[in-house]
Amino acid sequence: MNARIFHIAANTFREAVRDRVLYNLIGFALLLSGAAVLVGQISIDIERLVVINLGLTAVSLFGVVIAIFIGIGLVSKEIEKRTLYTVLSRPVRRWEFIVGKFFGLAGTLVVNTFFMAIGVFGALLYVVHKFSKPDALILVALYFIILEFLVICSLALLFSSFSSPLLSAVFAFSLFVIGSFADDLRGFAGMAHGVTRWVATGAAYLVPNFSALNVISAVAHQQPMNSQLILQNTLYALFYTTMALSGAVLIFERRNLK
Amino acid sequence: MRTARQRTTVIAAVSLAVSMAASVLLLRHIDQIRPQASIEDALYINSPKMVKRASLGFDGLMACIYWTRTVQYFGHRHFEYAHTYNELAPLLEITTALDPHLLPAYQFGASFLAPKPPGGAGQPERAIHLMEYGIQNNPDDWQLYYNLGFVYYTELKDYRKAGEVFERGSRVPNAHPFMKILAAQMALHAGDFATARMLWSATYETARESNIRQNAAEHLRAIRVDEDITNLQALVTQFGERTGRLPASMAELVAAAHLRGIPVDPDGDAYKLTPEGRVLVETPDDFPFITKGLPPGYMPGPPKFHNHS
Repeated sequence: MNARIFHIAANTFREAVRDRVLYNLIGFALLLSGAAVLVGQISIDIERLVVINLGLTAVSLFGVVIAIFIGIGLVSKEIEKRTLYTVLSRPVRRWEFIVGKFFGLAGTLVVNTFFMAIGVFGALLYVVHKFSKPDALILVALYFIILEFLVICSLALLFSSFSSPLLSAVFAFSLFVIGSFADDLRGFAGMAHGVTRWVATGAAYLVPNFSALNVISAVAHQQPMNSQLILQNTLYALFYTTMALSGAVLIFERRNLK
Repeated sequence: MRTARQRTTVIAAVSLAVSMAASVLLLRHIDQIRPQASIEDALYINSPKMVKRASLGFDGLMACIYWTRTVQYFGHRHFEYAHTYNELAPLLEITTALDPHLLPAYQFGASFLAPKPPGGAGQPERAIHLMEYGIQNNPDDWQLYYNLGFVYYTELKDYRKAGEVFERGSRVPNAHPFMKILAAQMALHAGDFATARMLWSATYETARESNIRQNAAEHLRAIRVDEDITNLQALVTQFGERTGRLPASMAELVAAAHLRGIPVDPDGDAYKLTPEGRVLVETPDDFPFITKGLPPGYMPGPPKFHNHS
């Protein structure tokens, strides 16, 4: 990574970890993981399942909220505070600014996920008393959640590069919801005819497919993960992220900042 | 200045405490005047597909939530000694549609659905439907076949179907060896006490949940009582055939039948003999699952569980 991108990423990370809201969200996620222990006790025979399902869902949802709410302000806040002009007056290219911001936010989310994962594993250990080999599959689910965050980060940055924070949040969150229905959208496309079929198929492939990255339920049931799925999900997330970042760079390069 | 601030703090704190107490009290009153059905029997979304879509891919978590809701619903209705469980089957259908691999929902769900009220919902057909769906999605789990066969055996007394299901289950890899024995037993001695004892003993030994083990232990106690009553009643009949009258007391029956002593139930209470020649248990409420030895017109109370180590 070039030094300028690294500095921008480091500053973005530093700025993000100073935000109190971030700690509140992590706190909530940890609280939910702990609450899973109680939920398991008022149900029958699902203590382990509920800890994994609730814990990983909390990590995923709170991570998405953090990614969107920090991501949408990354560019607009710099413009609002006029700090962007100071940065760009130095020998920093606009694309380096975007890419640096992305890595800073991605780093923040990886660190957050690490702490939230400790909470999940702690709650699980409390319930099962001893880890077993299939529990390592939780790491695969966490890895996919991080891939999901990378996609969301890039989308938040893409919208942030041309829109207001509020609209960016609406766009990013809507895409998250639509992306969760990507499989249904593909099913709908399969049933449609003519132009509708083409439009629906196009939309189904254009929106991010978050359902492929969600293996929480399978992991909770200790179903083995195919190495091909891990490889292809990784490549898919990387390509999608690159696509969204490229879009963000293209827009930001042409944006009139005066 | 400082006094004014202190006064504000005190007033705000008192106001907070009073408002909180008032709102809690009011809510308790509101709960009392609200129709119960609106609280318990409301299933806001009853389409499993709809709930699955609304879960945004987090269907495993939703299944856990719906399963917990099912357990709470059943527990609450059971505690109230209710005779209707209108939302039980839809709740179980949603739970298993959200997560078809959630085995407890099938295993416990069938035992909630199948028994007659107040022990369960009295819907053995829906229990069978649920178990078949479970087997379809988890064909390698022999316990699901065992639970399904159990419903056929205990609730429908369809021993042929029970035998078929146990036989299907015995072919599943790693199935417990008793599945083969149960299949054979169904063909030959389905209605025997020994078969019933074998089934409930198997449940007691293989169940991990303490509630299920307790339930199995209560059924084993009930089988012993039913068997005792059946044998004693046969002795009363034999006595009548031999002497032309009914025994005047249990002691006379014991002497005539050369029994070792006054027969007692699993709690150590002596069985009673009525002047009409009927053998009864002393405290039927202590044996919630017995079918024999009950006083005429007896209405069972909610099941009581005893501690079994």
